[in-house]
Amino acid sequence: MSIEATASGEGMPERKSWRRRFRALFLRSEALRGYTLLSPTMLVMAFAMCLPFIVMVLMSFWTQKGFDIDTSFTLNNYQEAIDGPIYEALLFRSLMISGTCTLATVLISYPMAYYVAFHVHKRKLLWIILMTLPFWTSYLLRVFSWKIILGYNGAINSGLKALGLIDQPLEFLLYSPTAVIITLAHAWAAFAILPIYVSLEKIDRSLLEAAADLGEGPVGRFLRITLPLSLPGVIAATIMIFIPTVGDYVTPALVGGPNGLMLANIIEAQFGRINNWPMGAALAITMLFVVAAVTLIYIWITRKLTARIA
Amino acid sequence: MSGDESYIQISDVSKHFGPVVAVDNISVSIARGEFFSLLGSSGCGKTTLLRMLAGFESPTTGEIYIDGLPMSEKAPHHRPTNMVFQSYAIFPHLDVRQNIAFGLRTEKVSKEEANSRVDETLELVKLTGFGDRRSNELSGGQRQRIALARALIKHPKVLLLDEPLGALDKKLREEMQIELRSLQQSLGITFIFVTHDQEEAITLSDRIAVMSEGKALQIGSPKDLYNTPVSVEVADFIGQMNFVDAEVLDVKSGVAVIDTSGLGKVKIPTSADFAQKGARGVVAIRPEKLKISEKKSGALKNAVEGTLKSASYYGNRSHYHVTVEGSDQPMAVASQEVDIASGNTLDSDTPVWLSWEDGALILLPQPPA
Amino acid sequence: MKETTYIKRPNRTLFIYALIYLAFLYIPVLFLPLFSFNDSIYIAFPFVGFTTKWYSQMYHNEPMFAALLNSIRVGGATSVIATLLGVFGAKAVTRYRMPGKPVAMFIIMLPLVIPGIIMGVALLIVVSRSGIPLSLYTVTLGHILVCVPFAMATLIPRFEGFDRSMEEAAADLGENAWWTFWRVTFPIVFPGILASLLLCFTISFDEFIMAFFLAGTDPTLPIYIFSQLRFPAKLPGVLAMGALILVVSFFVVVFSQWLRLRNSNDITSSGI
Repeated sequence: MSIEATASGEGMPERKSWRRRFRALFLRSEALRGYTLLSPTMLVMAFAMCLPFIVMVLMSFWTQKGFDIDTSFTLNNYQEAIDGPIYEALLFRSLMISGTCTLATVLISYPMAYYVAFHVHKRKLLWIILMTLPFWTSYLLRVFSWKIILGYNGAINSGLKALGLIDQPLEFLLYSPTAVIITLAHAWAAFAILPIYVSLEKIDRSLLEAAADLGEGPVGRFLRITLPLSLPGVIAATIMIFIPTVGDYVTPALVGGPNGLMLANIIEAQFGRINNWPMGAALAITMLFVVAAVTLIYIWITRKLTARIA
Repeated sequence: MSGDESYIQISDVSKHFGPVVAVDNISVSIARGEFFSLLGSSGCGKTTLLRMLAGFESPTTGEIYIDGLPMSEKAPHHRPTNMVFQSYAIFPHLDVRQNIAFGLRTEKVSKEEANSRVDETLELVKLTGFGDRRSNELSGGQRQRIALARALIKHPKVLLLDEPLGALDKKLREEMQIELRSLQQSLGITFIFVTHDQEEAITLSDRIAVMSEGKALQIGSPKDLYNTPVSVEVADFIGQMNFVDAEVLDVKSGVAVIDTSGLGKVKIPTSADFAQKGARGVVAIRPEKLKISEKKSGALKNAVEGTLKSASYYGNRSHYHVTVEGSDQPMAVASQEVDIASGNTLDSDTPVWLSWEDGALILLPQPPA
Repeated sequence: MKETTYIKRPNRTLFIYALIYLAFLYIPVLFLPLFSFNDSIYIAFPFVGFTTKWYSQMYHNEPMFAALLNSIRVGGATSVIATLLGVFGAKAVTRYRMPGKPVAMFIIMLPLVIPGIIMGVALLIVVSRSGIPLSLYTVTLGHILVCVPFAMATLIPRFEGFDRSMEEAAADLGENAWWTFWRVTFPIVFPGILASLLLCFTISFDEFIMAFFLAGTDPTLPIYIFSQLRFPAKLPGVLAMGALILVVSFFVVVFSQWLRLRNSNDITSSGI
C-alpha cells in the first residue's frame, strides 16, 4: 500500500516520503512523542524562567546613572553587596529570621501532624481540612491580623489594659524580629503540617508493633522508628518554608519595624524608592545563590545523617 | 507472502528498554485462524511481544507483518488487531453498553446498527441484560467478558489476549477456557494468547511459543512440546519431568548409546547435533511413563531397581518418589495402576522396580550452567 | 468502633496540644470578621458597638470592586492556562519513557524553590527592558509561572492513579490520540483538572509578592488591600472584605475537598 501511495503522489514523491519517514519516526520513538507533548509546558517554563534570569544576571553587571542605565560591564554592584555592611547584616538577619521561623514551625507542627496521623481514627479528613483551611485565606490579611493582635493598640495590649493588668501598652510585641517570626510561622504552618503528616501516615503500623514486640518502649519506638521514617517529610517541610520566607518582604514591612527588616525589603526598595535596578538585580542574584547554597548544604547534611541512621 | 499459513509474520523482532533486552530476535509465523499462545514466566518478554503486535511498543529492530502489511508505520488505532487487557481496562466512567460500543464511533455505523451489534455481542459473551450496569457493579468474570466483547465487536482479524484469565478463580477460569476456545473456533479469528499457565496454554492452543529471557525456546503444538521438548528448560516448564545426567558413549546409525546416572545404559534414537561420542547431556522421562512394580517382570527390558521413599494416593492415581542409585534426585512416578480401592498399596522404604517402554526416554542437551 | 490497640491508644496530652495548635491557627484569622462588626475605626479592645456599616460602605467602594474584578480575571486566566500546561506536562511525564525526564521535571518545578521576590524582579526587568508595559497580562504571566508546578503536582497523581491500559484500550479500539484524550483521559482525570483549576485560582487570587512588581496601574485585590493598610480610616472596610473572602474561600475549599474525596472513593470502589 505504501508503495502505491508514493507512486500515485507523482508530483512530490520526495516530500511525501519525508513526511512518511517522520511519521514512522514519530511512531517508533516514544521519547519524541513524549517531548512533543511536553513541549508547550517546557517552552513556557524555560522561556519565562531562563530569559528573565539571563537578563537579570546581565543587569546586575550594569550601573544606574540617575534615570538611565549604563550598560558597561562592572562588578561594582557585587563589590558593594559584599562590602556594604548593611546588606550583609540584612542577609544574615534574613537567614536567621527565616531559619528560626522554619525550625519553630516544624517543631510546633510535628506533634500536631503526629496526633492526626496516629491518634485520629475517625474524621481524619475533617482534621486535615481544619489544619489547612486558614492557609487558603488571604496571606496579606493573615499577616495583617497579627498586626491587630500585636499592635500598640492591638488585641493583646488593649485586652490586657482593659483587664487592668498593665497601664502602658507593651511595645516590644510589634515591630521586632520576634513579631516577624511568629507571623511567618503562623502563615506557613500548613506547609509544615502536610508533608510531615503524609510521611507519618505512610509508616507501616506493623513496624511499630514489631518494635514493641522486640521490647522497645514508646520513646524508643518514636526515636528508632517513627522519627527516622518521617524525616523525609520534615526535610521537605523545612525547605518549603525556608525558601519562601527568606524572600518575603510583606511580613517584615507590616510587622517587622526597622529591626525586623530583611534583605527582600532592600531588594524591593532598589526597584521602588531607591530606584537602583542593577543593584537590586545583584542583590537578588546574591540572595538566590545564598539560598541555593544553604538549601543544598542542608540537604547534603540531612542525607548524610539519615544515611547514618539507616 | 500473505498466505494463510503466515498470516502474521514476526520477523527478527527485538525490543530493548535501555540496557534490558525484553525481546531477543524472535521470528514466528502464525496462521490465519490459529490459536497461538505465548507461554513463559513473568519477565520473559511475552507481554512485550504482544504489545508490539498491538502497536503500543515499537520493535527496536525487525518488523511485524499482518496480512502482508508491515506494521511499523501503523499506530495502534490503524491496526487490524484488538486486545483484551490483563487489567481489562474497563472504562470506569461508562456503563457496560457504552464500554462495548466504544470502538464503534470510528466505524461510523448508524445508531440502529450500533445497538444491534452491541446486543449481539452481549449475547455472544452471555451478558444479555447487563448492559446498563456501571462498571463498578461488575464481578471479575463479568469484567473479563466485557473486555472480550469490547474487542470482538470490532470484528478484529487478530485478537490479542494478555493473561485474560489470570485474575479469575480456578473454577471460573476453567469455564472461561472452554468458552474462549469455542468462541475462537466459531468466529475463526486468530487468537494470540499470553499466559504463564502451561496447563491453560496446552488446553487452549493450536501452537505454543515457550519463551524465556526474551527468546523463543521452542515453538510447536502442545503435543510436540510435551513429547519432544528440545531443551531441559522447555521440558521442565511443560508438565513434570524426571532428569538424569547422561554421557553419550557412541552413536550408530541414528541411535545413541548412553550411560545415565540412575537409569543404567540406554539406547535412544536421536538426530540432534550435540549427540556426539563423549558428549554430556540429560536424559528425561515423564513420571507417567515410568512403571512401578514390586518384582521385576520379565516382559520389560528397561528396568532399574530403587527404593520407594514416599507414596501419595489420590484415589484414581498415585504418586511415588523412588530413589535410584546414581541420581541425587528421586524419580517421580505417576501411576494409575496401584490404587487404594484395590488395597494394593506400597509401603515406604520397600525395594521396587522402575521400568519404561522403548521411546519413553528423551535425550536433551546439557543446559548451560 | 473501638480500636484501642497497644500502639493506637488515645493520648490526652497530644489532643490538648492539637486544640491549642488549632487555636493558634484560627484565632488570628477570626479577628478579621470580629473587628469588621466593631463600630470604630480603631482596631482595639474594648468593642465600641455592633455595626454592619463597614459592609454597606464596602458596597459602594468602586476601586475595590475594580480590583476584585481584576483579580478574578487574572486568577481565571492563570488557572486555565496553568492547568492546560499542567495537563500536557503531567500526561507527558507519566505516559512516556523519555531520556532526560528528571531535567525537564526540574525546570518545570523550579519556581517552587525560588523565592517569589526573585522571580518577580527578574520578570520585571525583562518585561520593562523589552518595552512591554506592565499590566494585568504581565501579572498573569508571573502567576502562570508559579502555578504550573502546583498544577503538575495536582495532576500527576491523577494521571498515575489510573491504569494506562485504559488509554491503550481506546487506541486499540480505533481512536486517535485526540479522541482518546476526550473520550477516556479527560473524563477520568476531570476531578484532578477541577482541583488544579481551583488551586491555581486560589494561589493567583492571593498572590501579592510578584503581582506587586508586575502590576501596572490596574491593581489586583491584594495590591489594593496593601495600599489600604496604610490608612487607618480604610481599615474596617478592608476587614469587612477580608471577612467576606474568608467565608467564600471556606466554602470553596470545603467543596473542592469534598469533590476530591468523592471521586477518589469512586476510583477505589471500581477497583482501578
